[in-house]
Amino acid sequence: MGKRTIVPFGPQHPALPEPIHLDLELEDEKVIRAIPSIGYVHRGLEKLVEKRDYEQMTYVMERVCGICSFGHSYGYTSAVEGLMGVDVPERANYLRIMFHELSRVHSHLLWLGLLADGLGFDSLFMHCWRIREKVLDVFEAITGARVIMSFCKVGGVRKDVSPDMLRMVRNVCDDVEEEVRKTSGVFMKDSSIRNRLCGTGILTREDVLDLNAVGPVARGSGVENDARTAEPMYRNLGFEAVLRDEGDCWARCIVRVDEIFQSLDLIRTAIDTIPSGEFCAVVKGPVPEGDYTFRVEQPRGEGFYYVQGNGTKNLSRARVRTPTNINIPAMVKALQGCDLQDVSMLVITIDPCISCTER
Amino acid sequence: MSYSTKSPWILHYDASSCNGCDIEVLACLTPLYDLERFGIINTGDPKQADLLLITGAVNDQNKGVVKQLYEQMPEPKVVVAVGICACSGGVFRECYNILGGIDTVIPVDVYVPGCAARPESIIDGVVKGLEVLENKLNKMREGTL
Ligand code: SF4
Repeated sequence: MGKRTIVPFGPQHPALPEPIHLDLELEDEKVIRAIPSIGYVHRGLEKLVEKRDYEQMTYVMERVCGICSFGHSYGYTSAVEGLMGVDVPERANYLRIMFHELSRVHSHLLWLGLLADGLGFDSLFMHCWRIREKVLDVFEAITGARVIMSFCKVGGVRKDVSPDMLRMVRNVCDDVEEEVRKTSGVFMKDSSIRNRLCGTGILTREDVLDLNAVGPVARGSGVENDARTAEPMYRNLGFEAVLRDEGDCWARCIVRVDEIFQSLDLIRTAIDTIPSGEFCAVVKGPVPEGDYTFRVEQPRGEGFYYVQGNGTKNLSRARVRTPTNINIPAMVKALQGCDLQDVSMLVITIDPCISCTER
Repeated sequence: MSYSTKSPWILHYDASSCNGCDIEVLACLTPLYDLERFGIINTGDPKQADLLLITGAVNDQNKGVVKQLYEQMPEPKVVVAVGICACSGGVFRECYNILGGIDTVIPVDVYVPGCAARPESIIDGVVKGLEVLENKLNKMREGTL
């Protein structure tokens, strides 16, 4: 038995775009235990509800995270609408789904790029991010912004999308699909990638259930955990969760690749069946007393939104439980027994979003 | 133009940003914007960096890290604050855990506005930062810095 050494990892680390700190307890080259510590990105934005009214809060919530920013505004506004009893127009719902799925496509592409970067495959990283720019161009054409879009508002969406624009989005979807087919083949077939991903960081079905992992991490281990299955809107569009059974890094990667194709299909179906009409309901008055919760399937897993009203324009509580927060125990479990060289890659396969976690 | 302004290396640190500015900084390095054509490389090592790109505001937990990174960088060095969070605290300035912009702990040379800052303006900020770097280098040679 070798001597135990503790190696610090992060908060500033070349493989990590975001600060998280891990103390890795090593025996020779094997990780025995990983102890995470967070708090580098904590802002405390949930407490801003006391200073911002419920509409302004949408734009604060959007900044929980810049990657799934649309999902956060979607979850928050839906919770507020539920509390206020607002009837959201059908068209707005379709537009929201379109944007939410586009965000998923860009987030997964971003992740594939980071994984390639983590594996030292630089040109693949560049290709993934190049394809992702096409999605950002759509965002920019419709909302004027690339990452923080402020498209959602309480009652619906901020502006309508013209039929021409919708056609453009559909074309971009076709284009992206073709490109992703070419690029994702590398993740599926390249032997050096498979060597590193297959069989590493295994999380069994039981682990996932015990540790309550969510999102692609859970689905990569065969657990059907997807908030979208419960949503009538998605059921109408013919949604079914993507599942894999292997539970290793490769499975998590393939789940995300398949989800890109699925999201593109959902967007196209949504565009083909979008009803005409209003895009935003009129919302007036203070938020009534009471509380409401709403679940959204973010690119990284289930996000849970809770709002509590007190009869004024300010909410008394707005809370969000984010996917990475819940996936950290699963990550620590997957790190146990892995090689030191695999640590950064394993951390990446959870797709950690630290700014979500800490808010 | 000297060697370091011809091919400056960047160190990027996320102080407490929402990721929005972060991914835009990364997007600058990818094919559409391609900062590397100016010889700019993103490094993870403060000892090799000329420019420090910081996104997000500082809080109690990370102010030590920011200071440390800055101190580890060799002279001459330039700090670019990317996004309104890094400039002043931005959307989060009234949050209880936010101390303020980056300039509350280390001196900032270039401020890049925007929420999120657009890649074009980040590149602009970096190019401005290079001028500052050149000036500092000249001053160092004259012995006035
Ligand atoms: S400036 Fe805006 S986009 Fe950038 S980190 Fe701050 S909140 Fe996020």
